[in-house]
Amino acid sequence: MEKTMNLTLRVWRQKNRLDVGKFVEYKLENISEDSSFLEMLDILSEQLVEGGHEPVAFDHDCREGICGMCSMTINGVPHGPEGGITACQLHMRHFHDGQIITIEPWRAKPFPVIKDLVVDRTAMDKIIQAGGFITGRAGSAVDANAMPIDKQTADYAMDAAACIGCGACVAACPNASAMLFTAAKVAHMNSLPQGKAEKNRRSLAMVTTMDGEGFGGCTNIGECEAACPKGIPLDMIAQLNRDYALAQVKNFFQPVL
Amino acid sequence: MCSLCSFFKSTIGRKILMALSGLVLVLFVLGHMLGNLQIFLGAEVINAYAHKLHHVLPSSGLWAIRLFLLGTVAVHIWTAISLTLDNRKARPQGYEHDKPIQASYGARTMRMSGVILLFFILFHIAHYTARVVPSMEYGEEGVLSETMVPLVKHGEVVMKEGEPIMTFNVNDMMVQGFDVWWVSVFYIIATGLLCLHLSHGFSSMFQSVGLRNTLWRKRLDQAALVYGWVVFLGFAVIPVACLTNILEVDPTGGAAEPVAAITETLHK
Ligand code: HEM
Ligand code: SF4
Ligand code: FES
Repeated sequence: MEKTMNLTLRVWRQKNRLDVGKFVEYKLENISEDSSFLEMLDILSEQLVEGGHEPVAFDHDCREGICGMCSMTINGVPHGPEGGITACQLHMRHFHDGQIITIEPWRAKPFPVIKDLVVDRTAMDKIIQAGGFITGRAGSAVDANAMPIDKQTADYAMDAAACIGCGACVAACPNASAMLFTAAKVAHMNSLPQGKAEKNRRSLAMVTTMDGEGFGGCTNIGECEAACPKGIPLDMIAQLNRDYALAQVKNFFQPVL
Repeated sequence: MCSLCSFFKSTIGRKILMALSGLVLVLFVLGHMLGNLQIFLGAEVINAYAHKLHHVLPSSGLWAIRLFLLGTVAVHIWTAISLTLDNRKARPQGYEHDKPIQASYGARTMRMSGVILLFFILFHIAHYTARVVPSMEYGEEGVLSETMVPLVKHGEVVMKEGEPIMTFNVNDMMVQGFDVWWVSVFYIIATGLLCLHLSHGFSSMFQSVGLRNTLWRKRLDQAALVYGWVVFLGFAVIPVACLTNILEVDPTGGAAEPVAAITETLHK
Protein backbone atom coordinates (compact mmCIF):
# COMPACT_ATOMS: atom_id res chain seq x y z
CA MET A 1 0.00 0.00 0.00
CA GLU A 2 1.32 3.44 -0.79
CA LYS A 3 2.36 5.51 2.15
CA THR A 4 1.19 9.06 2.64
CA MET A 5 2.38 11.91 4.79
CA ASN A 6 1.21 15.16 6.32
CA LEU A 7 3.50 18.11 5.87
CA THR A 8 3.96 21.69 6.97
CA LEU A 9 5.27 23.89 4.17
CA ARG A 10 6.84 27.28 4.68
CA VAL A 11 6.79 28.87 1.25
CA TRP A 12 8.23 32.21 0.18
CA ARG A 13 5.38 34.32 -1.22
CA GLN A 14 6.17 37.53 -3.07
CA LYS A 15 3.67 39.26 -5.38
CA ASN A 16 6.19 40.90 -7.72
CA ARG A 17 9.70 42.33 -7.93
CA LEU A 18 8.84 45.28 -5.71
CA ASP A 19 7.01 43.36 -2.99
CA VAL A 20 9.13 42.60 0.10
CA GLY A 21 7.77 39.07 0.35
CA LYS A 22 7.30 36.77 3.33
CA PHE A 23 7.04 33.15 4.37
CA VAL A 24 3.54 31.68 4.49
CA GLU A 25 2.81 28.42 6.24
CA TYR A 26 0.59 25.75 4.66
CA LYS A 27 -0.55 22.37 5.93
CA LEU A 28 -0.79 19.58 3.37
CA GLU A 29 -2.37 16.22 4.11
CA ASN A 30 -2.15 12.79 2.55
CA ILE A 31 0.70 13.44 0.19
CA SER A 32 1.81 10.20 -1.46
CA GLU A 33 5.45 9.33 -1.03
CA ASP A 34 5.45 8.48 -4.74
CA SER A 35 4.56 11.99 -5.83
CA SER A 36 7.32 14.25 -6.99
CA PHE A 37 8.19 17.45 -5.19
CA LEU A 38 6.66 19.57 -7.95
CA GLU A 39 3.49 17.43 -7.94
CA MET A 40 3.26 18.11 -4.24
CA LEU A 41 3.45 21.84 -5.03
CA ASP A 42 0.79 21.35 -7.75
CA ILE A 43 -1.49 19.80 -5.14
CA LEU A 44 -0.88 22.77 -2.86
CA SER A 45 -1.66 25.19 -5.68
CA GLU A 46 -4.90 23.34 -6.54
CA GLN A 47 -6.01 23.60 -2.94
CA LEU A 48 -5.11 27.29 -2.90
CA VAL A 49 -7.09 27.93 -6.08
CA GLU A 50 -10.08 26.04 -4.68
CA GLY A 51 -9.93 28.26 -1.64
CA GLY A 52 -9.84 31.35 -3.85
CA HIS A 53 -6.16 32.13 -3.28
CA GLU A 54 -3.25 32.73 -5.65
CA PRO A 55 -1.34 29.52 -6.46
CA VAL A 56 2.36 29.33 -5.70
CA ALA A 57 4.35 30.42 -8.75
CA PHE A 58 7.41 28.29 -9.53
CA ASP A 59 9.46 27.68 -12.66
CA HIS A 60 9.36 24.28 -14.35
CA ASP A 61 9.24 22.85 -17.82
CA CYS A 62 10.61 19.39 -18.66
CA ARG A 63 10.14 17.84 -15.23
CA GLU A 64 12.85 15.32 -16.05
CA GLY A 65 16.02 17.12 -15.09
CA ILE A 66 17.16 18.48 -18.43
CA CYS A 67 15.78 21.98 -18.92
CA GLY A 68 17.12 23.59 -15.76
CA MET A 69 13.99 25.64 -15.13
CA CYS A 70 12.88 24.31 -11.75
CA SER A 71 14.61 26.50 -9.21
CA MET A 72 13.90 26.33 -5.54
CA THR A 73 15.90 26.03 -2.37
CA ILE A 74 14.44 23.27 -0.24
CA ASN A 75 15.44 23.32 3.43
CA GLY A 76 18.44 25.45 2.57
CA VAL A 77 19.71 23.28 -0.29
CA PRO A 78 19.12 24.24 -3.93
CA HIS A 79 17.19 21.40 -5.60
CA GLY A 80 16.74 19.79 -2.21
CA PRO A 81 18.63 17.42 0.02
CA GLU A 82 19.23 14.48 -2.31
CA GLY A 83 22.17 15.76 -4.36
CA GLY A 84 22.82 15.08 -8.04
CA ILE A 85 19.22 15.76 -9.09
CA THR A 86 17.02 18.71 -9.92
CA ALA A 87 14.00 19.70 -7.83
CA CYS A 88 11.69 18.12 -10.40
CA GLN A 89 13.48 14.77 -9.95
CA LEU A 90 13.04 14.85 -6.19
CA HIS A 91 10.40 12.57 -4.70
CA MET A 92 8.43 12.87 -1.50
CA ARG A 93 9.76 9.52 -0.22
CA HIS A 94 12.85 11.44 0.84
CA PHE A 95 10.74 13.35 3.36
CA HIS A 96 8.92 12.04 6.38
CA ASP A 97 5.52 12.46 7.93
CA GLY A 98 5.17 15.65 9.98
CA GLN A 99 8.24 17.29 8.44
CA ILE A 100 8.46 21.06 8.09
CA ILE A 101 9.77 21.98 4.64
CA THR A 102 11.05 25.48 3.93
CA ILE A 103 10.98 26.51 0.27
CA GLU A 104 12.80 29.65 -0.86
CA PRO A 105 13.70 31.12 -4.24
CA TRP A 106 17.32 31.33 -5.47
CA ARG A 107 18.89 34.18 -3.53
CA ALA A 108 21.27 36.36 -5.54
CA LYS A 109 21.44 40.02 -6.52
CA PRO A 110 21.57 39.18 -10.24
CA PHE A 111 18.51 36.87 -9.85
CA PRO A 112 15.67 39.21 -8.84
CA VAL A 113 12.53 37.44 -7.67
CA ILE A 114 9.74 37.90 -10.21
CA LYS A 115 7.05 36.14 -8.24
CA ASP A 116 7.09 33.68 -5.32
CA LEU A 117 9.75 31.13 -6.25
CA VAL A 118 10.36 32.39 -9.79
CA VAL A 119 13.56 34.34 -10.35
CA ASP A 120 14.86 36.14 -13.42
CA ARG A 121 17.99 34.35 -14.66
CA THR A 122 18.68 36.61 -17.63
CA ALA A 123 22.09 37.40 -16.14
CA MET A 124 23.21 33.87 -17.03
CA ASP A 125 22.02 34.30 -20.60
CA LYS A 126 24.15 37.42 -20.83
CA ILE A 127 27.21 35.38 -19.84
CA ILE A 128 26.41 32.88 -22.61
CA GLN A 129 25.86 35.70 -25.09
CA ALA A 130 29.31 37.06 -24.25
CA GLY A 131 31.15 33.92 -25.36
CA GLY A 132 29.23 30.68 -24.98
CA PHE A 133 29.36 29.96 -28.69
CA ILE A 134 31.76 29.21 -31.50
CA THR A 135 32.01 31.32 -34.62
CA GLY A 136 31.60 28.80 -37.40
CA ARG A 137 29.87 28.14 -40.65
CA ALA A 138 26.21 27.35 -40.09
CA GLY A 139 24.39 25.15 -42.52
CA SER A 140 25.26 21.62 -43.52
CA ALA A 141 27.10 19.92 -40.68
CA VAL A 142 30.65 18.70 -41.24
CA ASP A 143 31.31 14.99 -41.04
CA ALA A 144 31.26 13.90 -37.41
CA ASN A 145 34.74 12.40 -37.44
CA ALA A 146 36.41 14.94 -39.69
CA MET A 147 38.21 16.40 -36.72
CA PRO A 148 39.89 13.80 -34.48
CA ILE A 149 39.36 14.46 -30.77
CA ASP A 150 40.86 12.14 -28.18
CA LYS A 151 38.43 10.36 -25.91
CA GLN A 152 39.64 12.02 -22.73
CA THR A 153 39.06 15.49 -24.13
CA ALA A 154 35.71 14.51 -25.62
CA ASP A 155 34.56 13.05 -22.30
CA TYR A 156 35.74 16.10 -20.40
CA ALA A 157 33.93 18.48 -22.74
CA MET A 158 30.84 16.29 -22.52
CA ASP A 159 30.93 16.40 -18.70
CA ALA A 160 31.14 20.19 -18.90
CA ALA A 161 28.34 20.33 -21.45
CA ALA A 162 26.08 18.55 -18.96
CA CYS A 163 25.46 21.92 -17.27
CA ILE A 164 21.79 22.82 -17.72
CA GLY A 165 22.17 26.42 -16.61
CA CYS A 166 19.83 26.04 -13.65
CA GLY A 167 21.69 28.44 -11.39
CA ALA A 168 21.81 26.16 -8.35
CA CYS A 169 25.54 26.88 -8.10
CA VAL A 170 24.80 30.59 -7.73
CA ALA A 171 22.03 29.83 -5.28
CA ALA A 172 24.25 27.63 -3.12
CA CYS A 173 27.23 29.97 -3.08
CA PRO A 174 27.40 32.34 -0.09
CA ASN A 175 28.86 34.90 -2.53
CA ALA A 176 26.24 34.22 -5.22
CA SER A 177 29.12 33.49 -7.55
CA ALA A 178 28.44 32.16 -11.04
CA MET A 179 31.92 30.71 -11.38
CA LEU A 180 30.82 27.06 -11.67
CA PHE A 181 28.31 27.84 -14.41
CA THR A 182 30.78 30.04 -16.31
CA ALA A 183 33.55 27.50 -15.76
CA ALA A 184 31.39 24.71 -17.20
CA LYS A 185 30.64 26.71 -20.32
CA VAL A 186 34.26 27.82 -20.74
CA ALA A 187 35.60 24.30 -20.10
CA HIS A 188 33.16 22.89 -22.64
CA MET A 189 34.11 25.30 -25.42
CA ASN A 190 37.79 25.88 -24.64
CA SER A 191 38.66 22.18 -24.56
CA LEU A 192 37.45 21.31 -28.03
CA PRO A 193 39.32 22.20 -31.22
CA GLN A 194 36.29 24.04 -32.59
CA GLY A 195 36.23 26.31 -29.57
CA LYS A 196 39.97 26.70 -29.03
CA ALA A 197 40.31 29.36 -31.72
CA GLU A 198 38.38 31.86 -29.61
CA LYS A 199 39.61 30.65 -26.24
CA ASN A 200 41.20 33.87 -24.99
CA ARG A 201 38.48 36.16 -26.24
CA ARG A 202 35.82 33.90 -24.75
CA SER A 203 37.48 33.60 -21.34
CA LEU A 204 37.89 37.36 -21.00
CA ALA A 205 34.43 38.24 -22.29
CA MET A 206 32.52 35.72 -20.20
CA VAL A 207 34.32 36.56 -16.96
CA THR A 208 33.94 40.30 -17.56
CA THR A 209 30.22 39.84 -18.16
CA MET A 210 29.90 37.56 -15.13
CA ASP A 211 31.48 40.21 -12.89
CA GLY A 212 29.49 42.98 -14.57
CA GLU A 213 26.18 41.25 -13.91
CA GLY A 214 26.89 41.46 -10.19
CA PHE A 215 27.76 37.87 -9.32
CA GLY A 216 30.26 37.51 -6.47
CA GLY A 217 33.72 36.01 -6.56
CA CYS A 218 34.78 32.46 -5.80
CA THR A 219 36.12 31.54 -2.36
CA ASN A 220 36.86 27.95 -3.36
CA ILE A 221 34.61 26.40 -0.73
CA GLY A 222 32.79 24.04 -3.08
CA GLU A 223 29.14 24.59 -2.13
CA CYS A 224 28.31 24.98 -5.85
CA GLU A 225 29.71 21.58 -6.71
CA ALA A 226 27.72 20.00 -3.89
CA ALA A 227 24.48 21.60 -5.11
CA CYS A 228 24.99 21.06 -8.84
CA PRO A 229 22.49 18.52 -10.18
CA LYS A 230 24.85 17.63 -13.00
CA GLY A 231 28.03 17.02 -11.01
CA ILE A 232 30.06 19.83 -12.61
CA PRO A 233 33.34 19.59 -10.66
CA LEU A 234 35.05 22.46 -8.86
CA ASP A 235 38.14 21.60 -10.88
CA MET A 236 36.57 23.27 -13.89
CA ILE A 237 36.82 26.54 -11.97
CA ALA A 238 40.56 25.96 -11.70
CA GLN A 239 40.63 25.70 -15.49
CA LEU A 240 38.60 28.89 -15.80
CA ASN A 241 41.08 30.68 -13.51
CA ARG A 242 43.97 29.37 -15.61
CA ASP A 243 42.37 30.20 -18.95
CA TYR A 244 41.44 33.65 -17.73
CA ALA A 245 44.94 34.38 -16.38
CA LEU A 246 46.59 33.25 -19.60
CA ALA A 247 44.11 35.26 -21.64
CA GLN A 248 44.95 38.34 -19.57
CA VAL A 249 48.65 37.82 -20.18
CA LYS A 250 48.10 37.47 -23.93
CA ASN A 251 45.76 40.44 -23.89
CA PHE A 252 48.39 42.54 -22.16
CA PHE A 253 50.83 42.07 -25.04
CA GLN A 254 48.33 41.87 -27.87
CA PRO A 255 44.69 42.81 -27.20
CA VAL A 256 42.37 39.90 -28.03
CA LEU A 257 39.04 41.52 -27.23
CA MET B 1 39.80 49.73 -20.09
CA CYS B 2 43.53 49.07 -19.79
CA SER B 3 44.16 45.36 -19.57
CA LEU B 4 45.91 45.55 -16.20
CA CYS B 5 43.02 47.57 -14.74
CA SER B 6 40.53 44.99 -15.96
CA PHE B 7 42.64 42.26 -14.37
CA PHE B 8 42.71 43.99 -10.98
CA LYS B 9 39.03 44.80 -11.23
CA SER B 10 37.96 41.24 -12.02
CA THR B 11 37.10 38.85 -9.21
CA ILE B 12 39.50 36.25 -10.63
CA GLY B 13 42.36 38.74 -10.93
CA ARG B 14 42.01 39.85 -7.34
CA LYS B 15 41.75 36.27 -6.20
CA ILE B 16 44.99 35.48 -8.04
CA LEU B 17 46.67 38.37 -6.21
CA MET B 18 45.32 36.98 -2.96
CA ALA B 19 46.75 33.56 -3.79
CA LEU B 20 50.17 34.97 -4.77
CA SER B 21 50.39 37.10 -1.64
CA GLY B 22 49.21 34.05 0.33
CA LEU B 23 52.01 32.00 -1.24
CA VAL B 24 54.65 34.53 -0.18
CA LEU B 25 53.23 34.46 3.35
CA VAL B 26 53.10 30.65 3.33
CA LEU B 27 56.78 30.44 2.38
CA PHE B 28 57.75 33.17 4.85
CA VAL B 29 55.89 31.43 7.65
CA LEU B 30 57.71 28.15 6.98
CA GLY B 31 61.12 29.86 6.98
CA HIS B 32 60.23 31.81 10.10
CA MET B 33 59.16 28.64 11.88
CA LEU B 34 62.33 26.73 10.96
CA GLY B 35 64.39 29.73 12.09
CA ASN B 36 62.61 29.93 15.43
CA LEU B 37 62.95 26.22 16.13
CA GLN B 38 66.73 26.72 16.35
CA ILE B 39 66.08 27.98 19.87
CA PHE B 40 66.02 24.31 20.86
CA LEU B 41 69.62 23.95 19.64
CA GLY B 42 70.87 26.36 22.30
CA ALA B 43 70.92 30.07 23.05
CA GLU B 44 74.10 30.65 21.03
CA VAL B 45 72.55 29.08 17.90
CA ILE B 46 69.39 31.21 17.85
CA ASN B 47 71.44 34.30 18.73
CA ALA B 48 73.89 33.64 15.89
CA TYR B 49 70.96 33.05 13.53
CA ALA B 50 69.37 36.37 14.53
CA HIS B 51 72.72 38.09 14.13
CA LYS B 52 73.06 36.66 10.63
CA LEU B 53 69.55 37.77 9.65
CA HIS B 54 70.43 41.31 10.66
CA HIS B 55 73.87 41.45 9.10
CA VAL B 56 73.90 39.27 6.03
CA LEU B 57 72.33 42.15 4.10
CA PRO B 58 73.01 45.87 4.52
CA SER B 59 70.25 47.53 6.51
CA SER B 60 68.69 48.90 3.32
CA GLY B 61 68.32 45.29 2.10
CA LEU B 62 66.75 44.27 5.39
CA TRP B 63 64.29 47.12 5.09
CA ALA B 64 63.55 46.19 1.49
CA ILE B 65 62.57 42.71 2.63
CA ARG B 66 60.50 44.07 5.51
CA LEU B 67 58.67 46.47 3.20
CA PHE B 68 58.12 43.69 0.66
CA LEU B 69 56.52 41.52 3.36
CA LEU B 70 54.40 44.39 4.64
CA GLY B 71 53.37 45.12 1.05
CA THR B 72 52.42 41.48 0.63
CA VAL B 73 50.24 41.61 3.73
CA ALA B 74 48.71 44.84 2.42
CA VAL B 75 47.84 43.21 -0.93
CA HIS B 76 46.41 40.19 0.88
CA ILE B 77 44.23 42.40 3.07
CA TRP B 78 43.16 44.70 0.25
CA THR B 79 42.01 41.77 -1.90
CA ALA B 80 40.33 40.18 1.12
CA ILE B 81 38.36 43.31 1.92
CA SER B 82 37.43 44.31 -1.62
CA LEU B 83 36.36 40.78 -2.60
CA THR B 84 34.40 40.36 0.62
CA LEU B 85 32.53 43.61 -0.03
CA ASP B 86 31.69 42.51 -3.59
CA ASN B 87 30.61 39.09 -2.38
CA ARG B 88 28.31 40.59 0.24
CA LYS B 89 26.73 42.82 -2.38
CA ALA B 90 26.00 39.81 -4.59
CA ARG B 91 23.88 38.18 -1.86
CA PRO B 92 21.86 40.97 -0.26
CA GLN B 93 19.23 38.59 1.08
CA GLY B 94 20.27 35.31 2.65
CA TYR B 95 18.36 32.10 3.24
CA GLU B 96 16.27 31.47 6.27
CA HIS B 97 17.57 27.92 6.26
CA ASP B 98 21.27 28.71 6.05
CA LYS B 99 23.40 25.65 6.65
CA PRO B 100 26.39 24.84 4.45
CA ILE B 101 26.13 21.60 2.48
CA GLN B 102 29.75 20.56 2.86
CA ALA B 103 32.06 23.58 3.27
CA SER B 104 34.68 23.05 5.98
CA TYR B 105 34.81 25.20 9.10
CA GLY B 106 38.21 26.55 8.06
CA ALA B 107 36.95 27.59 4.63
CA ARG B 108 33.91 29.35 6.07
CA THR B 109 35.88 31.29 8.66
CA MET B 110 38.77 32.60 6.54
CA ARG B 111 37.79 36.19 7.28
CA MET B 112 37.51 35.62 11.01
CA SER B 113 40.86 33.78 11.19
CA GLY B 114 42.40 36.40 8.88
CA VAL B 115 41.28 39.38 10.95
CA ILE B 116 42.52 37.85 14.20
CA LEU B 117 45.79 36.98 12.44
CA LEU B 118 46.12 40.61 11.42
CA PHE B 119 45.84 41.70 15.05
CA PHE B 120 48.31 39.02 15.99
CA ILE B 121 50.81 40.16 13.36
CA LEU B 122 50.55 43.75 14.64
CA PHE B 123 51.05 42.60 18.22
CA HIS B 124 53.89 40.31 17.25
CA ILE B 125 55.79 43.09 15.47
CA ALA B 126 55.24 45.45 18.42
CA HIS B 127 56.24 42.69 20.82
CA TYR B 128 59.45 41.26 19.34
CA THR B 129 60.50 43.50 16.45
CA ALA B 130 59.79 47.01 17.71
CA ARG B 131 59.63 45.87 21.36
CA VAL B 132 57.13 48.52 22.38
CA VAL B 133 54.29 46.56 23.97
CA PRO B 134 53.19 48.60 26.99
CA SER B 135 53.59 47.09 30.46
CA MET B 136 56.49 44.94 29.33
CA GLU B 137 59.68 46.35 30.78
CA TYR B 138 62.14 46.33 27.98
CA GLY B 139 65.78 47.02 28.64
CA GLU B 140 65.54 46.45 32.33
CA GLU B 141 65.86 43.47 34.56
CA GLY B 142 62.26 42.76 33.74
CA VAL B 143 60.24 40.94 31.23
CA LEU B 144 62.25 41.44 28.07
CA SER B 145 65.90 42.11 28.69
CA GLU B 146 67.97 43.91 26.08
CA THR B 147 71.21 42.34 27.15
CA MET B 148 74.04 41.99 24.68
CA VAL B 149 76.02 38.78 24.67
CA PRO B 150 79.07 37.58 22.71
CA LEU B 151 78.34 36.04 19.31
CA VAL B 152 79.21 32.33 19.36
CA LYS B 153 79.72 30.18 16.28
CA HIS B 154 80.75 26.53 16.22
CA GLY B 155 81.39 26.66 19.96
CA GLU B 156 83.77 29.61 19.71
CA VAL B 157 83.38 33.29 20.41
CA VAL B 158 83.60 35.24 17.17
CA MET B 159 86.28 37.91 17.46
CA LYS B 160 86.79 41.00 15.39
CA GLU B 161 89.91 43.13 15.84
CA GLY B 162 90.67 41.47 19.15
CA GLU B 163 87.20 42.15 20.57
CA PRO B 164 84.30 39.68 20.73
CA ILE B 165 81.38 40.67 18.50
CA MET B 166 78.42 41.42 20.75
CA THR B 167 74.90 40.52 19.71
CA PHE B 168 71.38 40.77 21.02
CA ASN B 169 70.26 37.95 23.33
CA VAL B 170 67.26 36.76 21.35
CA ASN B 171 67.04 33.61 23.44
CA ASP B 172 66.26 35.53 26.61
CA MET B 173 63.89 37.86 24.82
CA MET B 174 61.82 34.92 23.61
CA VAL B 175 61.91 32.97 26.87
CA GLN B 176 61.05 36.00 28.99
CA GLY B 177 58.40 37.15 26.55
CA PHE B 178 56.68 33.78 26.73
CA ASP B 179 56.97 33.57 30.50
CA VAL B 180 53.98 35.94 30.54
CA TRP B 181 51.19 33.41 30.37
CA TRP B 182 48.61 35.50 28.50
CA VAL B 183 51.17 36.35 25.83
CA SER B 184 51.87 32.66 25.33
CA VAL B 185 48.18 31.82 25.23
CA PHE B 186 47.59 34.50 22.60
CA TYR B 187 50.46 33.15 20.50
CA ILE B 188 49.16 29.60 20.74
CA ILE B 189 45.62 30.65 19.79
CA ALA B 190 46.93 32.73 16.89
CA THR B 191 49.02 29.88 15.51
CA GLY B 192 45.98 27.63 15.88
CA LEU B 193 44.03 30.09 13.74
CA LEU B 194 46.90 30.14 11.27
CA CYS B 195 46.54 26.35 11.07
CA LEU B 196 42.82 26.80 10.38
CA HIS B 197 43.50 29.52 7.78
CA LEU B 198 46.05 27.35 6.01
CA SER B 199 43.99 24.16 6.17
CA HIS B 200 41.85 25.87 3.52
CA GLY B 201 44.22 28.48 2.12
CA PHE B 202 47.16 26.25 1.23
CA SER B 203 45.13 24.21 -1.25
CA SER B 204 42.87 27.08 -2.23
CA MET B 205 45.75 29.15 -3.58
CA PHE B 206 46.53 26.47 -6.16
CA GLN B 207 42.89 26.50 -7.24
CA SER B 208 42.94 30.30 -7.57
CA VAL B 209 45.89 30.33 -9.93
CA GLY B 210 44.47 27.39 -11.87
CA LEU B 211 47.04 24.81 -10.82
CA ARG B 212 44.69 22.17 -9.49
CA ASN B 213 42.76 19.29 -11.04
CA THR B 214 40.70 16.37 -9.79
CA LEU B 215 43.77 14.36 -8.86
CA TRP B 216 45.78 17.15 -7.30
CA ARG B 217 42.84 18.58 -5.44
CA LYS B 218 42.80 15.56 -3.12
CA ARG B 219 46.56 15.65 -2.68
CA LEU B 220 46.67 19.40 -2.06
CA ASP B 221 43.78 19.23 0.40
CA GLN B 222 45.72 16.64 2.38
CA ALA B 223 48.94 18.64 2.05
CA ALA B 224 47.07 21.69 3.39
CA LEU B 225 46.07 19.80 6.52
CA VAL B 226 49.60 18.52 7.04
CA TYR B 227 51.09 21.96 6.41
CA GLY B 228 48.62 23.63 8.78
CA TRP B 229 49.43 21.21 11.57
CA VAL B 230 53.18 21.38 11.00
CA VAL B 231 53.04 25.17 11.21
CA PHE B 232 50.86 25.07 14.31
CA LEU B 233 53.03 22.57 16.17
CA GLY B 234 56.26 24.20 15.01
CA PHE B 235 55.25 27.59 16.34
CA ALA B 236 53.24 26.59 19.40
CA VAL B 237 55.94 24.32 20.80
CA ILE B 238 58.10 27.34 21.72
CA PRO B 239 55.67 29.16 24.06
CA VAL B 240 54.72 25.78 25.51
CA ALA B 241 58.38 24.95 26.15
CA CYS B 242 58.89 28.34 27.79
CA LEU B 243 55.86 27.99 30.06
CA THR B 244 56.99 24.52 31.14
CA ASN B 245 60.59 25.68 31.70
CA ILE B 246 61.99 23.37 29.07
CA LEU B 247 63.51 26.49 27.55
CA GLU B 248 65.21 28.77 30.03
CA VAL B 249 66.93 32.13 30.09
CA ASP B 250 70.67 32.19 29.62
CA PRO B 251 72.10 35.63 30.48
CA THR B 252 75.41 34.64 28.84
CA GLY B 253 73.59 33.80 25.61
CA GLY B 254 75.23 30.37 25.48
CA ALA B 255 78.66 31.98 25.65
CA ALA B 256 79.62 30.77 29.14
CA GLU B 257 81.76 27.84 28.01
CA PRO B 258 83.46 29.49 25.02
CA VAL B 259 84.24 32.56 27.12
CA ALA B 260 85.70 30.37 29.87
CA ALA B 261 87.80 28.63 27.23
CA ILE B 262 89.17 31.96 26.02
CA THR B 263 89.91 33.11 29.55
CA GLU B 264 91.75 29.86 30.14
CA THR B 265 93.94 30.25 27.05
CA LEU B 266 94.65 33.86 28.02
CA HIS B 267 95.79 32.71 31.45
CA LYS B 268 98.18 30.13 30.05
C1 HEM C 1 46.98 39.65 7.80
C2 HEM C 1 45.89 39.07 8.08
C3 HEM C 1 45.19 38.16 7.10
C4 HEM C 1 43.95 38.37 6.58
C5 HEM C 1 43.03 39.53 6.89
C6 HEM C 1 43.67 37.26 5.70
C7 HEM C 1 42.49 37.08 5.02
C8 HEM C 1 42.29 36.13 4.05
C9 HEM C 1 41.07 35.95 3.34
C10 HEM C 1 39.78 36.75 3.55
C11 HEM C 1 41.28 34.97 2.45
C12 HEM C 1 40.30 34.51 1.40
C13 HEM C 1 39.55 33.37 1.84
C14 HEM C 1 38.52 33.00 0.86
O1 HEM C 1 38.60 33.40 -0.32
O2 HEM C 1 37.62 32.29 1.28
C15 HEM C 1 42.62 34.51 2.61
C16 HEM C 1 43.19 33.50 1.86
C17 HEM C 1 44.47 33.02 2.08
N1 HEM C 1 45.33 33.40 3.08
FE1 HEM C 1 45.04 34.90 4.35
N2 HEM C 1 44.74 36.42 5.68
C18 HEM C 1 45.70 36.93 6.53
C19 HEM C 1 46.91 36.38 6.83
C20 HEM C 1 47.45 35.28 6.19
C21 HEM C 1 48.72 34.67 6.54
C22 HEM C 1 49.63 35.11 7.66
C23 HEM C 1 48.89 33.65 5.64
C24 HEM C 1 50.00 32.67 5.47
C25 HEM C 1 50.88 32.35 6.30
C26 HEM C 1 47.76 33.60 4.77
C27 HEM C 1 47.60 32.72 3.75
C28 HEM C 1 46.50 32.66 2.95
C29 HEM C 1 46.36 31.77 1.83
C30 HEM C 1 47.40 30.77 1.33
C31 HEM C 1 45.10 32.00 1.29
C32 HEM C 1 44.46 31.29 0.11
C33 HEM C 1 44.48 32.14 -1.11
C34 HEM C 1 43.44 31.67 -2.08
O3 HEM C 1 42.35 31.26 -1.66
O4 HEM C 1 43.70 31.74 -3.27
N3 HEM C 1 46.89 34.61 5.14
N4 HEM C 1 43.22 35.23 3.60
S1 SF4 D 1 27.01 24.31 -13.05
FE1 SF4 D 1 25.50 22.88 -12.22
S2 SF4 D 1 24.38 24.11 -10.72
FE2 SF4 D 1 25.46 25.57 -12.02
S3 SF4 D 1 24.02 26.11 -13.64
FE3 SF4 D 1 25.23 24.37 -14.43
S4 SF4 D 1 24.02 22.57 -13.87
FE4 SF4 D 1 23.19 24.24 -12.64
S1 FES E 1 11.79 21.18 -14.74
FE1 FES E 1 13.34 20.84 -16.24
S2 FES E 1 15.02 20.40 -14.97
FE2 FES E 1 13.45 20.53 -13.51
